[in-house]
Amino acid sequence: MAVFLIGLMLFYSPLISLFEGTRTLAGVPLLHFYLFGAWALVIVAAVWSVGREKE
Amino acid sequence: MIGAPLIVGVSFAYLGLLFALAYWADRRADQGRSVIGHPTIYALSLAVYCTAWTFYGSVGRAAASGFGFLPIYLGPTLVALLWGSVLLKMVRVSKAQRITSIADFIASRYGKSHLLGGLVTLIAVIGVVPYIALQLKAISRSFTILLGYPEVVMPDPAGEPPLWGDTALVVALLLAAFTILFGTRHLDASERHEGMVAAIAFESLVKLAAFLAVGLFVILYVYDGFSDELARAREVPDLQPLLSTSVGSYGDWFGISFLAALAVLMLPRQFQVAVVEIADERHLERALWLFPLYLLLINLFVVPIAIAGKLTFPAGAVDADSFVLTIPMAYEEPGLALFVFIGGLSAATGMVIVETIALSTMVSNDLLLPSLLARWRGLPPEADISRLLLLIRRGAIVAILLLGYLYYRLAGEAYALVSIGLISFAAVAQFAPAMIAAVYWRGGTREGALAGLAAGFSVWVYTLLLPSFAKSGWLPGDFLEHGPFGIALLKPQALLGVEGWNETTHCLLWSLSANVVAFVLVSALREPNAEETAQASAFVDALKPQRSAHLALWRGRAEIDELIALAERFLGPARARAAFVELARSRGVEDLERLPPDAETVQFAETLLSGAIGGASARVMVASVTEEEALGLDEVLDILDEASQIRDYSRELERKSRELEEATAELKAANLRLQELDRMKDDFMSSVTHELRTPLASIRAFSEILRDDPEIELGERKRFLGILVSETERLSRLVNQVLDLAKLESGHAEWQMEELDLKSVIEQSVTSTSQLFHDKGAAVFQALAEGEARVLADRDRLVQVMVNLLANAAKYVPAGEGRVEIRLESGAGVWRVTVADNGPGIPADDLPIVFEKFRQSAGNGEKPIGTGLGLPISREIIEHFGGRIWAEDRPEKGATLCFELPWSARP
Repeated sequence: MAVFLIGLMLFYSPLISLFEGTRTLAGVPLLHFYLFGAWALVIVAAVWSVGREKE
Repeated sequence: MIGAPLIVGVSFAYLGLLFALAYWADRRADQGRSVIGHPTIYALSLAVYCTAWTFYGSVGRAAASGFGFLPIYLGPTLVALLWGSVLLKMVRVSKAQRITSIADFIASRYGKSHLLGGLVTLIAVIGVVPYIALQLKAISRSFTILLGYPEVVMPDPAGEPPLWGDTALVVALLLAAFTILFGTRHLDASERHEGMVAAIAFESLVKLAAFLAVGLFVILYVYDGFSDELARAREVPDLQPLLSTSVGSYGDWFGISFLAALAVLMLPRQFQVAVVEIADERHLERALWLFPLYLLLINLFVVPIAIAGKLTFPAGAVDADSFVLTIPMAYEEPGLALFVFIGGLSAATGMVIVETIALSTMVSNDLLLPSLLARWRGLPPEADISRLLLLIRRGAIVAILLLGYLYYRLAGEAYALVSIGLISFAAVAQFAPAMIAAVYWRGGTREGALAGLAAGFSVWVYTLLLPSFAKSGWLPGDFLEHGPFGIALLKPQALLGVEGWNETTHCLLWSLSANVVAFVLVSALREPNAEETAQASAFVDALKPQRSAHLALWRGRAEIDELIALAERFLGPARARAAFVELARSRGVEDLERLPPDAETVQFAETLLSGAIGGASARVMVASVTEEEALGLDEVLDILDEASQIRDYSRELERKSRELEEATAELKAANLRLQELDRMKDDFMSSVTHELRTPLASIRAFSEILRDDPEIELGERKRFLGILVSETERLSRLVNQVLDLAKLESGHAEWQMEELDLKSVIEQSVTSTSQLFHDKGAAVFQALAEGEARVLADRDRLVQVMVNLLANAAKYVPAGEGRVEIRLESGAGVWRVTVADNGPGIPADDLPIVFEKFRQSAGNGEKPIGTGLGLPISREIIEHFGGRIWAEDRPEKGATLCFELPWSARP
């Protein structure tokens, strides 16, 4: 549940506007990294929290 | 040059592979060795969410509006995290009640109403058939484009191929065949189709692989990495909007995510694979994160492919939707292009198959069957119903696919087809309020659900469907521009003046609001009736372990034979009998005929049937057989109430008995402690009185002698008086010590703590005991460490301790040759003082005892001198200062008493 709320925050809050714009990292706009990175993070967090509940 | 025969051949081969896979999986399932028991397969089957719209359309959307495609996949990712609770409930309830479709779910929950089921089916069909058409169109277009290899030519929208040569029709018929073969082999009471699920999971892998292949191709082969591609893109001014990285309007970003989050469960195909086909509810755990992972992977390369497409083709020449296919073609990779085509085929066929099965189940169970039942007025004429039902099911499949094809032919390039994805989502989103409320709210009623669905659907039609028709030119467009009859406030895409919103978000806002409001308001108009309440309990409490109290809700007479006969008519004789035999066995009854015709059996029969014909119809059937008496609402509530009361009561009982146990244990412990203290008090009292009596006895004796004998000589008299004095002194000493000890032990003593030098204390005490040592002829040696030994203590008390130790030493050293050594050393954070004498010493056993009240070491048999309270008092004092005092074990070498005190300052 907590992971869901974190995910909400990551994607639907003004946090995103931080990463917009034309700043680039290794030639790739930052937003790309952020979106997919945060996505992967949420997935990992989900795996971790499922593992914890099983204990 | 890829000729048509090759493409067709490969496609057929692929579909043949699917057939084979499904067949093999079904065979294994029949043998009882299911292949889809693996949680990963479940998660992959959920990926049927990604259709040709994902495969081709994502790139198209990305090329037009940057990241606008992403929310469609982010929404489901986030909502998947909640599946543990929401979806689990739905799965449990559906399994318990053999619910086989969304229409069945909603209808069963709200009073098992046929009307509700029919409405849901209608909405589903209207919303989803265009979506199916879209898949057919994708297949047909990709086929045509691929045919043109190596030239990249867009199919001519104006030219329509003849009916018989139309690939889409061929595919539609083929898919109908596949679906019929693997979706309707028999009326399974659980409606699970293992072969189909295996095929779907396989297709999910194929489409993912194809998409990733193109993505990697673009990034690694066509360009030298993503940054290189971007660098080239920056040179083209046309692409600037694509590169300006922003997520677009926040309203859309959130709105579409929300919509997709709802759709991922409400789409009939999603409900089918997620709830109906699930093999084991533990698979949900893995799907929770595996499905989002799949979505992540399939979206990873969308933007690179979009940019590559725009760079490769002159603007506007090639449809962005087809980039996935045309890029390999442009770079002359026929193998890859073919692979991509198969991937797209995979995506489209997966969707069509599952959606068609789901829809046909709904149509047959919730739309056609109820009207048939109504026509026959209850019981159908004597015949084997199961074959009839299967026929209806198959007919529905073919009809739906043909409808889809028809829509595709009629719509062509029209706006209505192209944008259908989101429009479909919005249609099925209307199910969400009823479905979610079904498992969380007990208050929904049949009329409420009807009202909500009707309201939401109407708003959807008005704000999204009709405008799409208008934009395709099928309807006059002025009601779009100016509102119906010129009323601007009612403009379909700007209701009540809410302007400038994306049309989907706008529709979502109004339709869901209307839906929810109608649902809640109408539900509040009356109390839920007996059936609704019982179902509410079953649904909302699905996760709580409970005995099914609603079994008792049936009251009726039934002959077992009739029930079995009914089941046979719908499921076929073999399956029906097998099910009842199983029931008999589980109830401990040998013979089928001897099954008691009670509530449990009837319930079983109803559940069994609902798997085949839907909950509402099953209820009607069984009701006609059992002549059930309708339960009043009060009675239902009473039954439920009683059950919950009993539950509460037993819980309360458990709690009280536990508290009682704890209290008893505490009492026992306290009792033991009191007994111990009592004993200690007795010991103390007897010791003290004994000690008091001895000197009192001597005092009395000698006083009497002096009184009675006036002739006693002076020397004797002096001696006796001396004894009297010393005994009195001894007595008062004892009393003082007892009082002192009492004060110390009770904590009422007064302490005056100060920082002092141990050496001065030692000096003081040696001085005051010097007389004692002189009298005994003993020598005192001091071995003191250098410097000041500062400790925090009460001076008088510390002196008291030292004097006690020295006095003891003086008591026990042999006369004339006594040696007492005082040592002061520094230890780890403490000062240690040792007083050692060369007296008889303390036996090892007595080492701890000497510190107990009234205990004295007997030494070598000599009568002990003193009160026996000195050491206990010393211990209280030393321990109060935070130190410790003990006797060391040095047999035959005299007693050694030590105490330690913590530094008050570093030496």
